[in-house]
Amino acid sequence: MAVKNYILVCGGTACESSKGDDIFNNLLKEAEAQGVADDVQIVKTGCFGFCEKGPIVKVLPEQAFYVEVKPEDAGEIISETVIKGRMVDRILYKPEKGAKGDAFDIDNIEFYQKQYRIVLRNCGLINPEDIDEYIARDGYAALEKCLFDITPDQIIEELKVSGLRGRGGAGFPTWMKWNFTKQVESDQKYIVCNADEGDPGAYMDRSTLEGDPHSILEAMTIAGICVGANMGAIYIRAEYPLAIERLETAMAQAREYGLLGKDILGSGFDFDIELRLGAGAFVCGEETALLASIEGKRGMPIPKPPFPAVKGLFAEPTVINNVETYANIPAILTKGGEWFAKIGTEKSKGTKVFALTGKIKNSGLVEVPMGTTLREIVFEIGGGIPNGKKFKAVQTGGPSGGVITDKYLDTPIDFDNLISIGSMMGSGGMIVMDEDDCIVDVNRFYMDFCVEESCGKCAPCRIGTKKLMGYLDRFTQGKGEVEDIQKMKDIGEAMKKAALCGLGQTAPNPILSSLEHFGHEYMEHIEEGKCAAGKCKDLVHYKIIAEKCIGCTVCARKCPVNCIEGERKKPHVIDQEKCIKCGACFEGCKFDAIIVS
Amino acid sequence: MAKMTLEELRKLRSSQKSEMERRDVEGKETHIIVGMGTCGIAAGAKGALDGFLDTIKKNNLDDVVVKQTGCMGLCYAEPTVEVKVPGMPDTIYGNVDAKVAAEIVEKHIMHKELVQDHIQDKPAGDIIK
Repeated sequence: MAVKNYILVCGGTACESSKGDDIFNNLLKEAEAQGVADDVQIVKTGCFGFCEKGPIVKVLPEQAFYVEVKPEDAGEIISETVIKGRMVDRILYKPEKGAKGDAFDIDNIEFYQKQYRIVLRNCGLINPEDIDEYIARDGYAALEKCLFDITPDQIIEELKVSGLRGRGGAGFPTWMKWNFTKQVESDQKYIVCNADEGDPGAYMDRSTLEGDPHSILEAMTIAGICVGANMGAIYIRAEYPLAIERLETAMAQAREYGLLGKDILGSGFDFDIELRLGAGAFVCGEETALLASIEGKRGMPIPKPPFPAVKGLFAEPTVINNVETYANIPAILTKGGEWFAKIGTEKSKGTKVFALTGKIKNSGLVEVPMGTTLREIVFEIGGGIPNGKKFKAVQTGGPSGGVITDKYLDTPIDFDNLISIGSMMGSGGMIVMDEDDCIVDVNRFYMDFCVEESCGKCAPCRIGTKKLMGYLDRFTQGKGEVEDIQKMKDIGEAMKKAALCGLGQTAPNPILSSLEHFGHEYMEHIEEGKCAAGKCKDLVHYKIIAEKCIGCTVCARKCPVNCIEGERKKPHVIDQEKCIKCGACFEGCKFDAIIVS
Repeated sequence: MAKMTLEELRKLRSSQKSEMERRDVEGKETHIIVGMGTCGIAAGAKGALDGFLDTIKKNNLDDVVVKQTGCMGLCYAEPTVEVKVPGMPDTIYGNVDAKVAAEIVEKHIMHKELVQDHIQDKPAGDIIK
């Protein structure tokens, strides 16, 4: 007999610990007992991302969504939903309307997943190499509207109502940028897309370009209509070959359909786009450096003003926005600015895509309305920290951002709140750290990145990053001094004020923010020469406790540099001179005879 | 196709939309949609894709369409695949290699039975409906 119903039981760890397994087994038993074992298939699924209401059970095709299910509910789920097709009201999920405060009320969307996809609306749904699939999902409908139905002023008005702010990091209102360029009189204007995604751990722009390239082309064309530009350029790093390939395919298809090129849809409006490949310098994400790079010059920033909106590419007025910003635009113009403004917080509208990585169970791209808390992202969508470790902090904004500690887990995330707690939105990288991560070591990584990526044009950044790196190096070697902390703060503050561009101005942020929240960890390195997380190799020593060692020789065999000696069945000894602190012996010892100090 | 006018674009959109609806209503075709962003490919989506194509060929299934798409965002479960079979709920599978792909074709598509241990939930509702 064919299967009629499917029951999905959440098999995520959080649900499993609250009896997911028992529910699964009881459902199997009940289906058997009530004689419907052949009609229903019961399966375990990955985490539903709604752990606070777990364990979760879903019955299909009825779409019954049961929350906080107990093992004893199994009988009723089978007898009511599977056999009679009725809902078990007691455990049925009822969406809480306006759960996010007054600003948040999306009509009838069942919002249990916490995610809401505007930017990623087509990613993972359509074939990015088939323009027809994009068109079928209202693709190029916004372009139509902007060409034939509304004026450039109305486009600006719609963006203003929407409250869209630039997603590249700084959060400047998009309508203002466009309006500046629109108001300048010029024969030639340009539209530029910043696809030079450089923050370590951020990859939402790559995924958007790979999954939905037409949305960017459409948005850039709309920007062209709005400000009166006929040329666009996408600056993308050469290390994103698949995104480049898909963009090229998309541009060729759009040209063939007459959606790009001369006389678009018979309107008389011309617009075309070129790809410019960057070599992957972080500083080229800064808009003036990016424009210099497109012009064929070395990618270095210039002082602002003049802003690119007035004097940009080849000294002409230029609209420059990031990939994620553009991806929002067709949706805003199709569904209306007011629709967009309903989502998010008072000053930050819409959604934000985060690349959730690090010590997190469900790593991946998540798109959530602004105002979602860090706790929801990390512990519900992300499923929490693996291996039962303790949450330490989240790093947002990459090498320009800062750390957010558990104290701020319930702060609604938006542009302004992140800045007020000493971090920033940045492009949306979110790196989760657990108790095994050392703050000094993580900052050393970011500072190393900034030293490498500093273009060297201005002294505060060129010398400042190098000096800061020097202090961090000494801390990790146990050679730091207490006065160094104040010196770092002074250098950092000077860089913030005096550096030429965003890279240098924000480079000290991770240090300044972590000094505030994890000052004790720096002090531990300086005063005690100790790295509690065991990451700073020079401060770590592996020792064998003679009383516990039974002489099994496992450690000696695991050691890659043969620095552990000892006779069989007698305590072994580590030669500290030769030890490379790889930790292989520590992990290999079954008798807890090796300690880290 | 040559360059389109506004009318032609609107016609194309509505015909594409009704085509999709027809698919949903009549439900003749089975669709396998493989997430092939850089992330999916790096995690082995090509192997999964080959696994689907081989098994489909082996079993002479001629009404199964295999397509690619971008990243679904479930990086921890890459490669990810969505399977749409008429009369069955749309299902997302994670950690799909060639072996799992064969299992999906043989169980899910040919015998309308879900494959254990690989099912994931859709991360978000659709805003375009």
